[in-house]
Amino acid sequence: MSPWRRLRESRFWPMLWKEFIQMRRDRLTLGMMTVLPAVQLLLFGYAIQTDVRHLPTVVLDESRSVESRRLTQTLENTDVFTVVGEVPTAEALRSAIESGRANAALVIPPDYETRIARGVPARAQLVVDAADPQSSAAALSGAQLAAQARGVEITSERLGGVPIEPPIDLAVRPWYNPAQRSAVFIVPGVIGVLLTITMTLITSTAVVRERERGTLEQLIVTPIDKPSLMLGKLVPFMLVGYVQMAVVMGLGSLIFDIPIVGSLWLLTLLTAAFIFASLGVGLLISTVARTQAQAMQLSFFFMLPNILLSGYIFPRAAMPEPAQWIGLLLPLTFFLRILRGILLKGIGMAHLWQDSLVLVAFAVVLLAISVRRFTKTIE
Amino acid sequence: MSEPAPAGSDREADRAMHGATHGAPNGVAVETRGLRKEFGALVAVQGLDLTIRRGEVFGMLGPNGSGKTTTIRMLCGLMQPTAGTARVVGHEVTTEAEAIRRKIGYMSQRYGLYDDLTVEENARFYATVYGLHGRERTARLDAHLSELGFDSRRRQIAGTLSGGWKQRLALACATAHRPEMLFLDEPTAGVDPAARRRFWETIYELAGRGTTILVTTHYMDEAERCQRLAFLSRGHLIGIGTPAEITRQFNEPTIEDVFITLQRKDEAPV
Ligand SMILES: Nc1ncnc2c1ncn2[C@@H]1O[C@H](COP(=O)(O)OP(=O)(O)O)[C@@H](O)[C@H]1O
Ligand SMILES: [Mg+2]
Repeated sequence: MSPWRRLRESRFWPMLWKEFIQMRRDRLTLGMMTVLPAVQLLLFGYAIQTDVRHLPTVVLDESRSVESRRLTQTLENTDVFTVVGEVPTAEALRSAIESGRANAALVIPPDYETRIARGVPARAQLVVDAADPQSSAAALSGAQLAAQARGVEITSERLGGVPIEPPIDLAVRPWYNPAQRSAVFIVPGVIGVLLTITMTLITSTAVVRERERGTLEQLIVTPIDKPSLMLGKLVPFMLVGYVQMAVVMGLGSLIFDIPIVGSLWLLTLLTAAFIFASLGVGLLISTVARTQAQAMQLSFFFMLPNILLSGYIFPRAAMPEPAQWIGLLLPLTFFLRILRGILLKGIGMAHLWQDSLVLVAFAVVLLAISVRRFTKTIE
Repeated sequence: MSEPAPAGSDREADRAMHGATHGAPNGVAVETRGLRKEFGALVAVQGLDLTIRRGEVFGMLGPNGSGKTTTIRMLCGLMQPTAGTARVVGHEVTTEAEAIRRKIGYMSQRYGLYDDLTVEENARFYATVYGLHGRERTARLDAHLSELGFDSRRRQIAGTLSGGWKQRLALACATAHRPEMLFLDEPTAGVDPAARRRFWETIYELAGRGTTILVTTHYMDEAERCQRLAFLSRGHLIGIGTPAEITRQFNEPTIEDVFITLQRKDEAPV
């Protein structure tokens, strides 16, 4: 048989044709393709705000002076704090924080202004609800910034209004995300998380469904070869993945103004490796799950470490070492670096070849294992 | 099969050759020796010696769990036997499953239809998977579907068909490639009497064209329509022969009486 005829008569085509018809009639898959990306994008894009602004703050001002009011003003100017009211006593302060009305409180003692006037260091206190470490870290740097700014002003006034140049000016330049918006960090990750959940979920439930309904048994007694069976099933899902990616990137740049700096071709190519790795996980789940419900549970269970340990929301550098090691077992960890690298930094293979290699290795190993397990007839 | 020829005519020539020229050694469609299947501690099939002749309508009877489905699955190459050998349409099941798959049709207890595809799409899918293409496929499907009475239902979604029609469609899907041998696992379970009668008419037509048929059933009237019968109980063979031979041999008035007696004897404590 000529190669051309062999390709034309490959049993891959009827399988592909069948999968597309089924997909077209399946509302759930269509919804997963379009609605899910939009919902995820809006949810994560808006809800995850790691940049802390406008912490509600109360002030216990025992100094009641010009100086104390200026300190309060300087604190508010940082944008980290928003003064929501004054409290008369230390008890009132505690209850404001305990009730959650305020996350921070500024305490200015009675001798604040007199100490400044006498030229001795004046003391004030900033109490923070550090139960949320992200808020307290922001409050810490905000308070330091405010104290420093006001200190420079006071010194300058003492010197008769001469502007003071600080001896060291350490300028921080936030590259790739100059406005430091968390959406810029999160949205590329939404693509990776979305592909992980959809690919594993669609694949595992679709294969388990064929087994539950007895069509898999029927397929196995036909002369269809295993590569055609598997590829015919998986290729349509790959397409679903690319549609999702396009939806997220389109909406992401429209709504969140996410920059797309690097090569989309390179991203499309490397995404294929990630999709295959995720399809492999889905297949693997399908060989363990007995029912569609089990397949779904396992897929969601696989989702958890992906969200927590891949660096999607929390920086991996901040994690304890064991958590970092587990993260290295997830294809998403590497795909996230590729996504952010290409979309935000515009870097190419020169910097991404290692991550790409790992991703391809994941795809090959996962698919090989799952195909082996899958082909062991129906026993 | 050396000369290039359309798939269908090729296969028919092949079958004609086997039927006529090599009649003697190939007069056997299925031959098993000491076939055995274990699932962990459970022995589902044991010491099964079975010979089915080409063109025969062979019935397999036995209560639930007696090993009928497991036997069929081994013969179709869906499961590896734990021990023993089986040859199906001239090929060894353990090593030549691929060759067997091209020559057989299988209708499982669950029919194996896609509920979200139409009648036509189901038939077309299986025909293509069995290697039919182009105009030959279209012609064959048209003839086949109208022969089975699907003309007005071709675009109906398979999931909305009644039990009897589902069964007919499953049969259509399993026979479009004109298999040499057909395995039918409880094909008429849950189907009304009229549909059952029509189904058996089709079975006889297929047998008349030379197709070997292995069918399992719980219905005694269907058992009596078979040319030969095998009784299974708890995984092993407890009787085999034509319906007449069997009633005579066991000195019972009907097949049903034989069946009940044999089963009772087999299950009695020793
Ligand atoms: N895949 C399997 N795993 C474990 N046990 C099985 C499996 N398939 C069948 N069995 C067991 O083997 C025995 C024979 O089953 P089966 O061949 O389906 O009987 P029948 O078709 O005659 O009703 C039953 O006890 C059944 O529970
Ligand atoms: Mg059965």
